[in-house]
Amino acid sequence: MADKVIYAMYDDDDVLKDGAKKLVSKGVKISEVFSPFPIHGIDPIIGIKNTRLGIMAFIYGLTGLTLATIGMRYFMVVDWPMNIGGKPNFTYLQNILAFIPITFEFTVLCAAHGMAITYLLRNKTLPGMPAQNPDPRTTDDKFVMEIRLSENSKYSAEELEAMLKETGMIELDQKEIK
Amino acid sequence: MHKEAAIREPLILGHKTYHDITEDVCKPIEDKAPRMWYILFGIALIIGLYGVGCILYLLGTGVGVWGLNKTIGWAWDITNFVWWVGIGHAGTLISAVLLLFRQKWRMAINRSAEAMTIFAVFMAGLFPLIHMGRLWLGYWVLPLPNQFGSLWVNFNSPLLWDVFAISTYLSVSLVFWYIGLIPDFATIRDRAKKPISKKMYSILSFGWSGRAKHWNRFELVSLVLAGLATPLVFSVHSIVSFDFATSVIPGWHTTIFPPYFVAGAVFSGFAMVQTLLLIMRKAMSLEAYIHTKHVEYMNIVIMVTGSIVGTAYITELFISWYSGVEYEAYAFVNRATGPYWWAYWSMMTCNVISPQLMWFRPLRRSLLFTFIISIVVNIGMWFERYVIIVTSLHRDYLPSSWSMHYPSHIDIGVYVGTIGLFFVFFLLFARFFPVLALNEVKTILKSSGESYKNAPDHGHAESH
Repeated sequence: MADKVIYAMYDDDDVLKDGAKKLVSKGVKISEVFSPFPIHGIDPIIGIKNTRLGIMAFIYGLTGLTLATIGMRYFMVVDWPMNIGGKPNFTYLQNILAFIPITFEFTVLCAAHGMAITYLLRNKTLPGMPAQNPDPRTTDDKFVMEIRLSENSKYSAEELEAMLKETGMIELDQKEIK
Repeated sequence: MHKEAAIREPLILGHKTYHDITEDVCKPIEDKAPRMWYILFGIALIIGLYGVGCILYLLGTGVGVWGLNKTIGWAWDITNFVWWVGIGHAGTLISAVLLLFRQKWRMAINRSAEAMTIFAVFMAGLFPLIHMGRLWLGYWVLPLPNQFGSLWVNFNSPLLWDVFAISTYLSVSLVFWYIGLIPDFATIRDRAKKPISKKMYSILSFGWSGRAKHWNRFELVSLVLAGLATPLVFSVHSIVSFDFATSVIPGWHTTIFPPYFVAGAVFSGFAMVQTLLLIMRKAMSLEAYIHTKHVEYMNIVIMVTGSIVGTAYITELFISWYSGVEYEAYAFVNRATGPYWWAYWSMMTCNVISPQLMWFRPLRRSLLFTFIISIVVNIGMWFERYVIIVTSLHRDYLPSSWSMHYPSHIDIGVYVGTIGLFFVFFLLFARFFPVLALNEVKTILKSSGESYKNAPDHGHAESH
């Protein structure tokens, strides 16, 4: 079914935020906001949940920690214990101090890269992906609110436009999508 | 919205709008490069290529072409390595530690400081690699399965810790830098007129669209990466200092090394940031974003870290006497009065006295003075590493092994060459990359921009 999308453009982040608040209180569903920088406080207004990437980073970090521990225990204790000036080398615990730097570095390495890769995949921002912002000015100084007609069945396109005009937007654009 | 005290100096001068910020940062990239850029790039490239030539000669002939001898087996190579790693500490400190402390002034300088960090760590990484002599066997530092013999790499060795620390630091800094660059590349992409640059920036920007959800993730990823990079910054130079501190050479065998090296690294890193930014802000007309206040903040960091370094020098001297170990005491007396006295006193003058001048407000707000001090500091920090490494080695336990280190022209060529290569990278960065974090600077315009700060009745200041 063909859907109609309304793009309302603003030239100020606070105006857009106030406008979004008013629209949402009237029961309008705003499906997306495009902006040149993060607008603080917009997420709860338009119903975006906080990301869970932080939890993922923690899990990746734990993976790194485990791998480093298992790896060094195998290399330095199980497979080939090295005799370095007769220092204890029979158990991992006796030698743990020497392993802390690499354990730490490897934890950070896994957490940082794991999170960064997940971030890029979840965003679908990868080399060669096409840009999806509705207007090239949204990466400069304009802010665009996207409203889909199919998600706002209680209002007609004209009613939505009339409400948007009251919020201080500067340009209105409509697009049919399939 | 966060409201800032009126007496706090604005971070963005003049009456800028969001569009002006984009314009100011993107213009130098879109315009033709000025003549001066080509001249500087040419000079840097020639010096860099000379360095590459020296490295190739070194690899073809062997490490014997360096001025090392049996007593002094480590000299300029490791000095340069530690010097470059130290310089590479400011960028991630600015972007990570200052992000956690919510220091807004970092936003104008973090992009170029991080670029500097990454290029400096490239240069640093070069030295351990070429000092292997057989560069093509460099992968032996990895814990590989045992087709190469029955031994694993030694995980008890600080040299192996270094491998992990430097590679983690480099790759995490690179990722942190690039994640911040993606939205700014998108800005350039959407402005680009020429098809080739449009295509290039389109690939670089990964199709970034600035959706609210993406910004939500962006902010969290930046915060978590900053949280991860903060201990990393401190760990890397601590581990570099373990290369010396875990040995038993008098002058190296010091528990004070990790904090002292970290402070020294931040000290020299900020000095290099000053050197580069003072030129860049002028050449690219970014005076409204990187102005006296930013320079002053950085000078305060230089002053504090310089004082920590000075305290560490004096503590070291005191402990060498207080320990009652005669080898230890001799090592330090010899540094100050032996044949390398000139290196020791250059280090003391550059690193202990010069940062103390920053207590004077007119001096730390003077751009010319800052520029001179920033170069003095980096000379001093090079001497610090030279003093630590060479003077501790040159008096062996047996007087018959006492020796001096004279650098060969290859030593000098490789070192100067890395400076050339560093500037080649940095000039390319300044030419093709957004040198200011556009998206971050825009977020502070309303709280720290001059025109918004001084207009208390501005539309939205009250409503939040």
